[in-house]
Amino acid sequence: MQFMLLFSRQGKLRLQKWYVPLSDKEKKKITRELVQTVLARKPKMCSFLEWRDLKVVYKRYASLYFCCAIENQDNELITLEIIHRYVELLDKYFGSVCELDIIFNFEKAYFILDEFLLGGEAQDTSKKNVLKAIEQADLLQEPRHEYFNVPVY
Amino acid sequence: MPAVSKGDGMRGLAVFISDIRNCKSKEAEIKRINKELANIRSKFKGDKALDGYSKKKYVCKLLFIFLLGHDIDFGHMEAVNLLSSNKYTEKQIGYLFISVLVNSNSDLISLINNAIKNDLSSRNPTFMNLALHCIANVGSREMAEAFAAEVPRILVAGDTMDSVKQSAALCLLRLNRTSPDLVLMGEWTARVVHLLNDQHLGVVTAATSLITTLAQKSPEDFKTSVSLAVARLSRIVSSGSTDLQDYTYYFVAAPWLSVKLLRLLQCYPPPEDGAIRGRLTECLETILNKAQEPPKSKKVQHSNAKNAVLFEAISLIIHHDSEPTLLVRACNQLGQFLQHRETNLRYLALESMCTLASSEFSHEAVKTHIETVINALKSERDVSVRQRAVDLLYAMCDRSNAKQIVAEMLSYLETADYSIREEIVLKVAILAEKYAVDYTWYVDTILNLIRFAGDYVSDEVWYRVIQIVINRDEVQGYAAKTVFEALQAPACHENLVKVGGYILGEFGNLIAGDSRSSPLIQFDLLHSKFHLCSVPTRALLLSAYIKFINLFPEVKGTIQEVLRSDSQLRNADVELQQRAVEYLRLSCIASTDILATVLEEMPPFPERESSILAKLKRKKGPGNLHPDLDENRKERSANGGTADHSSTTSNAKVAASPTPSTDLLGLGSTITTQNSAPPASKGTSLLVDVFSENIAAFPVETPVAVGPVADENFSRFVCKNNGVLYENQLLQIGLKSEFRQNLGRMYVFFGNKTSTQFMNFAASVVCQDTLQAQLNVHAKPADPTVDGGAQLQQILNIECMSDFVDAPVLNIQFRYGGTLQNIAVKLPITLNKFFQPTEMTSQDFFQRWKQLGAPQQEVQKIFKAKHSMDTEVTKAKIMGFGAALLDGVDPNPSNFVGAGVIHTKTTQVGCLLRLEPNTQAQMYRLTLRTSRDTVSQRLCDLLSEQF
Repeated sequence: MQFMLLFSRQGKLRLQKWYVPLSDKEKKKITRELVQTVLARKPKMCSFLEWRDLKVVYKRYASLYFCCAIENQDNELITLEIIHRYVELLDKYFGSVCELDIIFNFEKAYFILDEFLLGGEAQDTSKKNVLKAIEQADLLQEPRHEYFNVPVY
Repeated sequence: MPAVSKGDGMRGLAVFISDIRNCKSKEAEIKRINKELANIRSKFKGDKALDGYSKKKYVCKLLFIFLLGHDIDFGHMEAVNLLSSNKYTEKQIGYLFISVLVNSNSDLISLINNAIKNDLSSRNPTFMNLALHCIANVGSREMAEAFAAEVPRILVAGDTMDSVKQSAALCLLRLNRTSPDLVLMGEWTARVVHLLNDQHLGVVTAATSLITTLAQKSPEDFKTSVSLAVARLSRIVSSGSTDLQDYTYYFVAAPWLSVKLLRLLQCYPPPEDGAIRGRLTECLETILNKAQEPPKSKKVQHSNAKNAVLFEAISLIIHHDSEPTLLVRACNQLGQFLQHRETNLRYLALESMCTLASSEFSHEAVKTHIETVINALKSERDVSVRQRAVDLLYAMCDRSNAKQIVAEMLSYLETADYSIREEIVLKVAILAEKYAVDYTWYVDTILNLIRFAGDYVSDEVWYRVIQIVINRDEVQGYAAKTVFEALQAPACHENLVKVGGYILGEFGNLIAGDSRSSPLIQFDLLHSKFHLCSVPTRALLLSAYIKFINLFPEVKGTIQEVLRSDSQLRNADVELQQRAVEYLRLSCIASTDILATVLEEMPPFPERESSILAKLKRKKGPGNLHPDLDENRKERSANGGTADHSSTTSNAKVAASPTPSTDLLGLGSTITTQNSAPPASKGTSLLVDVFSENIAAFPVETPVAVGPVADENFSRFVCKNNGVLYENQLLQIGLKSEFRQNLGRMYVFFGNKTSTQFMNFAASVVCQDTLQAQLNVHAKPADPTVDGGAQLQQILNIECMSDFVDAPVLNIQFRYGGTLQNIAVKLPITLNKFFQPTEMTSQDFFQRWKQLGAPQQEVQKIFKAKHSMDTEVTKAKIMGFGAALLDGVDPNPSNFVGAGVIHTKTTQVGCLLRLEPNTQAQMYRLTLRTSRDTVSQRLCDLLSEQF
């Protein structure tokens, strides 16, 4: 997988993960182009499209589009299920996930993705194992009261 | 704001995100962000040391701002500090910031690497994972240098935790992708292969991806993985649907791992060991069988996962291309999918069948689905699916079904989406040519292409039809008749006019016997389209007309009249004007014999790969094209799709270079007519548009010359206009120039002597100080890159405003490798270039000589000869200098005298010169007399350097 983008129906980018080195300018250009292309597609159309020399696999969940770019020899259907498994992981972690969860806890969305996908390949496909890793990390965090007297800004 | 039950809520961050979301406008958002940035900057700069939490919070805010699409240029140091925090969440945010925001050439990289090193050796699996994730996410060369040896050690160490192994495997995969030269095979490779036997399926999943990547790089080292992968696959495929517990996904056993294993096997040919091979065939059969079983769940995830494995298995079957039964079964399975209600499956079936079509075992089986595919072309609502159908029809086309497929594609073309029309046109053109048994069908097909989708018919397509018609006698008469009929349509596409003009010009005689297409009718028909066409087409038509004059003497008068009309002879376009003038002259002065020779029928084109094919390849890019059996087989035997990129591009190049210029007629016989044009007219046509472009553009952007200005060859150009001006190891600069009165045009040729491309190439001309007002040099913009071994041409238009002494400087800048090159060369534009020679009698000469007798008008110089004193050379130099050499004027025959006028925009300056050699003393005396002292001085200085 070359990259994954999450964006809203309004075209707002919610998460971006790049597995190939690209300049910020290129990333922005690709994002703009792809968001436009995908948003222009009708609901019943197929989830795959050829884009430049890559294959794009996307799926919409409620107000969010999940969109992956894979190489030519990569498997489209399994990528579709990668997306689904990631959604399941988010859902399990946040408890019925919605777009707002991802906006306000974007760092968590990144951490979960890193536990699931690394270097563009599935690291572990077991839901249990991935969530266990995240929960262990959450246990390591400091008790919150420590910070109650810290000013907000 | 949602209540976040988990994680460490950073209240400040949540408030900030809320604020941003509440912003009513983009401006308000930017204002809020700028306020926040100022706040964070002051916190980071403040005297009070920030605690870890605050640092984490601000770094996280910066990250959020960056992800909104704003630039972040600070905070990196604070993020790096967080890496060494012993609090997990702080470390985690630090790593996240680094992963997202630090690019490889950051100067912080050594600090980051240090922190990573500490975490890797911490023996704390959570910290190790964070560090490995960071390496995998950044994947820079510096990181590869630092950790390419360390990561394999972690991967194969006996006491490494499973989760760390997984991260290490994929981390190594990423490093191998970005810096394959740094990931060296070693004794660890054998142990990595054995990870395929690991009990933990997560480890196997990660390891399989890594092994696949490494096996592509060095297949020999990982050959043993084949048997292990087959064994693993066999166990998964035969397991019950719940055996693998959490690795079962919607009743499908380990779909990801299965796909990866099948992918790994595609790096190798079919296993040689019979037992392994049998086991693999069994697996593949089981997978195909399962596709026929009723689904265990109605959920789409179930069918997707199951079919993902199925499609990967089919890919492997196609890759092996050795088991006819499996290939045919695969084909039948895909045939079922062609009519599936899921759009995704129909799409994939069409795509997968494309590759099956190229196997000799399954080609026939694929062909049986032709009706379904044609139906898909007509009825699919999604353009990307229709596109796949077009691809498949193209792939399954052979002699037996070509007429049907081409007809279907043509009729689809009329309603096809604009985005894929050009590609369909190319495909139809290729198929029509490839499978044409009788070429009348081919001609009809191409003319239909132009009729239905003229705008999408690229030059390659109509060049090709002409090449083919010229090369095949049997079709020429038919082609002439057909284009003649097609041109009768009241509105026809310009491409048709081009083809029509060309073909009638060559073969109009073949249909001239019919009174309905007599020469005059043919000509009138073509000429009725003339005024609606663009310049290149009109130029082509003019060439067709001159060919008509040769073919049909009876229309000569009519055509000459057309050529003679003001709209041709005085056409604003130089090319059209020149053609009209030359063709008219040619038709008037040349005898019929000469005319017949010059305008002979075009010789056959050399047979070569169709440039259309090359164009299609370029369009589709490497990897997803299925041209024909042989090519595909070759690619596969070369193992994998990596090799075909270079071959595709080189094909494209080969075919692109001989592509004819926009005007086919210009290639052959008409070249002779152009050469026969009188040289004087060349000069005019060259200079006529010298200042058509905005002169004012120069010299606004004036980069200051860096380093010394090279002028070694400068004086060589005083008496000549062409040659090499400058040369170093990288670059050669050649010049070719022409001057007329006070105008000039200089062609500067920049030759790249290396095999590497010059980037950011820019050349500009600077006239400094007083020269600015005296000389206008306008450089036309040139390409910013010069390919290795290639030459770039830049045109300079020059205008002399008044007499001048200094020379302009040509500044060249480009990037070669990593370094910026600066070269400055003095451009040999000298005052004498604006000389017009004047012939005059001895009497006139001496009369003027006396008139220019004022002391400041004469400049004299006596100097020693630097070269041998050869009379002929001297004569040539004086003429090259620009003056007329006057014979028999000076009473002393060994003296040379010359005369001419210097043209500037403001004035004209008459000049007389006398050069008196003294061979005994090896000395010269040069005298210049002109009406302007500065001109006398400058010319004398210039010329005296030449002997």
